[in-house]
Amino acid sequence: MIPVWVRAALWAGLAFLWLPVALLVAYAFSGDPVPFRWGGFSLRWFTALAANERLLEAAWLSLRVAGGAASLAVLLGGATGWVLARHGPFAGRALLGTLAGAPLVLPEVVTGLSLLLLFVALEGLTGWPAGRGALTVLLAHATLGSAYVAVIVQSRLASRDRDLEEAALDLGATPATSFATITLPLMAPSLAAGWLLAFTLSLDDVVLASFTSGPSGTTLPVALFSMLRLGMTPEVNALATLLLLAAGLTLGIMGLLLQRRD
Amino acid sequence: MRLALRLLPGLWLALLVAAPLLLVGIIALSWQDESVPPYSPPWAGQGLNPANLRLLLEDPYYRDALLQSLTVAAGTAALCLLLAAPMGIAIARAGRWRGMLLGAVLLPFWTGFLIRIGAWIGLLRDEGWINTLLAGLGLTDGPIPLLYTDGAMLIGMVHAYLPFAVLPVFAAATRLDPMLEQAAADLGATPGRAFLTVTLPQLLPALAAAFLLVFIPAAGEYVIPELLGPPDATLVGRVLFQEFFQNRDWPVAGALAVALLLLLIGPIILFQRLGRAA
Amino acid sequence: MTPRLSLRGVSRRFGSVAALDHVSLDVPPGEFLALLGGSGSGKSTLLRVVAGFEAPDAGAVELDGADLLALPPHRRPVNMMFQSYALFPHMSVAANIAYGLKREGRPRAEIARRLEEAVAMLGLAGLESRRPHALSGGQRQRVALARALVKRPRLLLLDEPLGALDANLRERTGFELRAIQRESGAAFIMVTHDQAEALALADRVAVMDRGRLVQVAPPREVYDRPATRFVAEFLGAANILPGTRRPDGALDCPGAGCTIRAADPLPEGAEAIALRPERIRIGARPGENSATGTVEEAAFRGESSLLLIRLSGGALLRVSHAEEDGVPPPRGSRVRVNWDAASVVPLLG
Repeated sequence: MIPVWVRAALWAGLAFLWLPVALLVAYAFSGDPVPFRWGGFSLRWFTALAANERLLEAAWLSLRVAGGAASLAVLLGGATGWVLARHGPFAGRALLGTLAGAPLVLPEVVTGLSLLLLFVALEGLTGWPAGRGALTVLLAHATLGSAYVAVIVQSRLASRDRDLEEAALDLGATPATSFATITLPLMAPSLAAGWLLAFTLSLDDVVLASFTSGPSGTTLPVALFSMLRLGMTPEVNALATLLLLAAGLTLGIMGLLLQRRD
Repeated sequence: MRLALRLLPGLWLALLVAAPLLLVGIIALSWQDESVPPYSPPWAGQGLNPANLRLLLEDPYYRDALLQSLTVAAGTAALCLLLAAPMGIAIARAGRWRGMLLGAVLLPFWTGFLIRIGAWIGLLRDEGWINTLLAGLGLTDGPIPLLYTDGAMLIGMVHAYLPFAVLPVFAAATRLDPMLEQAAADLGATPGRAFLTVTLPQLLPALAAAFLLVFIPAAGEYVIPELLGPPDATLVGRVLFQEFFQNRDWPVAGALAVALLLLLIGPIILFQRLGRAA
Repeated sequence: MTPRLSLRGVSRRFGSVAALDHVSLDVPPGEFLALLGGSGSGKSTLLRVVAGFEAPDAGAVELDGADLLALPPHRRPVNMMFQSYALFPHMSVAANIAYGLKREGRPRAEIARRLEEAVAMLGLAGLESRRPHALSGGQRQRVALARALVKRPRLLLLDEPLGALDANLRERTGFELRAIQRESGAAFIMVTHDQAEALALADRVAVMDRGRLVQVAPPREVYDRPATRFVAEFLGAANILPGTRRPDGALDCPGAGCTIRAADPLPEGAEAIALRPERIRIGARPGENSATGTVEEAAFRGESSLLLIRLSGGALLRVSHAEEDGVPPPRGSRVRVNWDAASVVPLLG
């Protein structure tokens, strides 16, 4: 039984979430130079976008940073989640768990500031990283992403008893073989989901990138942010439409893949 | 071998989570100067500097920024909850539409939040869709200022954080036993009363978690107030950016970060307790 | 003859709880042993110690005279069937069964042959390419069994092998298990909390209580001559009558309002006796081993009726009244009951 007002709130909430996005997409095809004013169907803003080299460069950089950060996050977050879920109690486990979850609950301005201070201090002490740019943004995003991956992997492993790994040992698998043939396939869906999440977080982040990037590390969100500061342009509409299309396609493909597996 | 495997995440977290936080604390107690980087640490001869943290308490500018951040975060969280609670429950009970509806709520999260803020800029600005519509209907003579107001900022924040609030409510509502409401009905409760006395009490921890899940990140929000809020909306995230990037006063920025953390530590611990209970 | 498995003084503590308390046990080759006990009795811990997932604090475990504790789980020639079955969800039935043989590095042809044998033996033909989630509960159980048996272990450990099956399937699967055990010749140790299962399937039953083995004996003996009060209570149904031992070896039982005498004098320290419901007759008899009471409840149970009789001393006696002995006395009637001295089982502890 769903009361009427509950149902009404659901539709109101969905409309609130989707209406601005839907309008944004619709008006991306408007020829008028004022965004959100209909000037007849036109693809001129997409063409303008294709000629905007600064944005394209930022987008390419963002994709590379996001890919690298997500991969690093899966490696380190996966290891963290596995250690937390499968290594039983050990000295320092509570501390490890707290640190692993910290980036999830820290305000991003704090995380951003703290990472910048670290990079500056490291550079002062060791000369590395020399200046700030794509690499430092990547490390910052990997730090945030690994926290998400660790949580996803840990809860996935915790939901399965250790009995599968024990059964493998019982059947003669060495601990390493048991990890490779049982634990890793068990973790695989959460690693894939974690990678995608970390990738999205990186593609969406302004604050961490603002702190940890220098002039050479302008990612797409940072570029978009400075464009939006000056107000909306139809070009942004077009860009947003393309990004939406990409997100929709990715999710669609993922959905198909998941359906196939079942 | 197992020890080495434990050390890898340990070292990573020590270097990129623990050490940076420690540094923030140190900077907050350092002295501003003209060097590069623009501070001198306590061990450089001048000792600890309590002035930065004291400044936050004594200067009404910073005090108000902290206070206003908490107010805006609480308002955002409350508005989110108002929508998210019925949404989460309705989706949990939507039967075979459940997956699709949940996807519809979460998908905007994947579309990038800058884009969604951009959409609101386009809707709310003077030549934007809403003002054009109102003028077209002959309801207004000139554009009414909608963008760069507290209202625009709140709308943007709710839009950005709503999916986060729906998730815990949805998760808790799916775990509810539908028989309990039937039992309440069998014992003579009207549907409304059954909801208030049976369903709602069981959802309280999830509602609290949803509130905190929005409140904690919203308190430090920088981008949305910057793009949608009035120029004089002095929230802690904005002030921190300003001190750090424009005034190059790293110690005060550090102190602001420390203050924000201290204010949020209670809600964070409460949130983690709720998470563990669920 | 060297026992297949030998445990000597095995102990394991978890904090202040003794999960295993100086357990010693020999299992000869080819035996089907049931480990029977309630939850927390230590039966599963015992199984995990033998499999290698739990290290004992003290004691020795030997397989065919060779130390087993020195080996990690994957080197032990012992296999386990997990209570959850622990089938690998991402592998087909065939891959699950062949997993252990692959780890031994067997040639491909041998793996295929033994896989085929195992599939035939457990009636899994046609299911080889299915994933575990596409199998019924009974099929999963057989895959788990096949996966463990295909390694030809000298000792197979089974943790509640029938626990996840519904009642219909249990009886049939139990008989199958028994037949497979005879065919394979391996020693089986089965953990169960179901006394009927233990009595029906095992050559010997080992009853565990709070980390100790309290009785290890063939099913009939455990049933007829429970060694302790715990065993009698755990196997259920028996009447337990406490009392005071007299110097001549009889038991004064105030609850029954009579004196009870067994075939032999009760041993020193016996404070109670067990009396099975089907060994009690309705009818008068002079002297000892006879009591009076009132029928409080009568329940028809097909081949017999169960009577609850409140004895004059206050004890409640369960009496099984066979149908062939005529119509049972109605509720509320006063009756006399008696039993033979040979039916009285002295209980220690």
